[in-house]
Amino acid sequence: MINNKIPETQLFYYQIVSQEGISMDYIIETNDITKKYGDFTAVNSVNLKVPRNSVYGVLGPNGAGKTTLISMLCTILRPTSGGATVNGYDVVKNAREVRASIGIVFQSRALDDILTGREHLEMHASLYGVPSNVRQKRIDEVLDLIALGKKADEYTKTYSGGMKRRLEIGRGLVHHPKVLFLDEPTLGLDPQTRENIWEYITKLNQEEDITVLMTTHYMEEADQLCDEVAIINQGQIIKSDSPINLKRELKADTITVKVDKPELFTEKVKTLDYVQKVFEDDSTIKLMVERGENLVPPLVNFANQNGVMVESIELQHPNLEDVFISYTGTKITGGR
Amino acid sequence: MAELEGIYTIWLREMKRFVRYRSRILTSVVTPLLWLVIFGTGLGSAIRFGNVAGGYQAFIYPGIIGQTILFTAIFSGVSVIIDRQYGFLKEILVAPITRPSIVFGKAIGIGTAAVIQGIILLVLSFVVGVQMTPLIFIACTLLMIPISVGLAGVGLLIASFTDSMEGFNLIMSFVVLPMFLLSGALFPVSGLPMFLQAAVYLDPLTYGVDALRQIILGTGVIPLHISITVIMVFAAVMVFLSALMFTKKEQELM
Repeated sequence: MINNKIPETQLFYYQIVSQEGISMDYIIETNDITKKYGDFTAVNSVNLKVPRNSVYGVLGPNGAGKTTLISMLCTILRPTSGGATVNGYDVVKNAREVRASIGIVFQSRALDDILTGREHLEMHASLYGVPSNVRQKRIDEVLDLIALGKKADEYTKTYSGGMKRRLEIGRGLVHHPKVLFLDEPTLGLDPQTRENIWEYITKLNQEEDITVLMTTHYMEEADQLCDEVAIINQGQIIKSDSPINLKRELKADTITVKVDKPELFTEKVKTLDYVQKVFEDDSTIKLMVERGENLVPPLVNFANQNGVMVESIELQHPNLEDVFISYTGTKITGGR
Repeated sequence: MAELEGIYTIWLREMKRFVRYRSRILTSVVTPLLWLVIFGTGLGSAIRFGNVAGGYQAFIYPGIIGQTILFTAIFSGVSVIIDRQYGFLKEILVAPITRPSIVFGKAIGIGTAAVIQGIILLVLSFVVGVQMTPLIFIACTLLMIPISVGLAGVGLLIASFTDSMEGFNLIMSFVVLPMFLLSGALFPVSGLPMFLQAAVYLDPLTYGVDALRQIILGTGVIPLHISITVIMVFAAVMVFLSALMFTKKEQELM
């Protein structure tokens, strides 16, 4: 367990001095950052402000531009126009300083099968110039945090999916980065492992002096982990706020109805004045309403009057999925 | 200093991989032995090859060393494509070290692996009845260094502008096999038709094989100092070009 944040004596090397004159409330700021591939605009004039030491989520469907956005923040891709600062450094002009300030966990694996977990951490430490006198201590700290146990000295090809992920997250922490980028950290993991990873992310955010910027298309992940969420769709940020505020602002409950004649019902139900919005998704129809608990009986009656059989009806208070639907009109595919 | 440590780290990883993939080391020794023993003996008994002591088998021995280095170095270089898409290379590419250092670390790592394979073949010289002295051994080892690094550079250069392994067969057909066949590994390069002669002299491996052959067997067609100069320049240019390409081209990592 790491109980203290950073020991005072080691501060000299990982305190990455920020440039003066830049507001330090925000560790990442983007300014109309844009990335185009030919005619296609992957990221369109995005302005993000990520508060220091927060867990910040970029939420959106596959292909929304999440990965392109963080690739630019990680200095892997160059913005077509606009810019960004990370830890006070410009991502184009001071790419090297940015790289020294950040840790990255890629969406796809970035491990070498035939190296051990400990070797991964050692190589990372030397690539990032962690001084050799503190290197072993730091590696042991990280191994403690990610709890690999005896597996630390085995080849990573013997690791489970969750262990590989933890190793990658731990590796990103070795050099005491100011920002940890996580691109879809739980993609392809089973639910139990996913919760396990969530715990690690929460824990490291509390124990290390670090800001976490993650992308995800899992609604509960954003809801549970993030202090603030930016919803991105088709390369643009649609809305950003804390998950609680986003849901509150919606002022809407969702009634999900399954009926035998969905088209007829959709058409009729649109005329009701207490129904604010209607979304159709295959055979289910989602109605956005206020104070949904009072509206279930009238809706069933209404359906019957119009000769529509209600197969099931369900009331939900809003979640982030609904927030997303209300702003984009579409569902995040793949979200559970 | 930080750059040097970065280069060392990349080299070290390359070495660990080389040592741990034992099957690869085994094949890299068995394949040239098959060429020497089967192809060398087979063709050697079908043709009259009077100008080298030890006959055809001895003649192709330096060529087969060149071939082993060629295949190992280029394929290890090209495998960077897979490594970039699915592996550890992403981790290296986002580290705070410069692209030329990464390329250089990779090139000397791959080069070292190829040289080690060459050394194993030098030790096995008795198989083809070639006499190996300490001086020849050391001279060959030194010569293999720029050949290996240069060919690793070719592989890395290809990898720098290729995003998928779909072109792998193309690389095999248009780069590796022509370089091998034109190098004079299997036949003397003097007295060839004009068009072939020109192609032979455009192949950098020709100079490597010829230099090795002069050191090992004492026969060759290109003056040794010219061969060595060509090889050194080739190695420097290839590493420089691949470093330049890796720096210029955006790497899609995510």
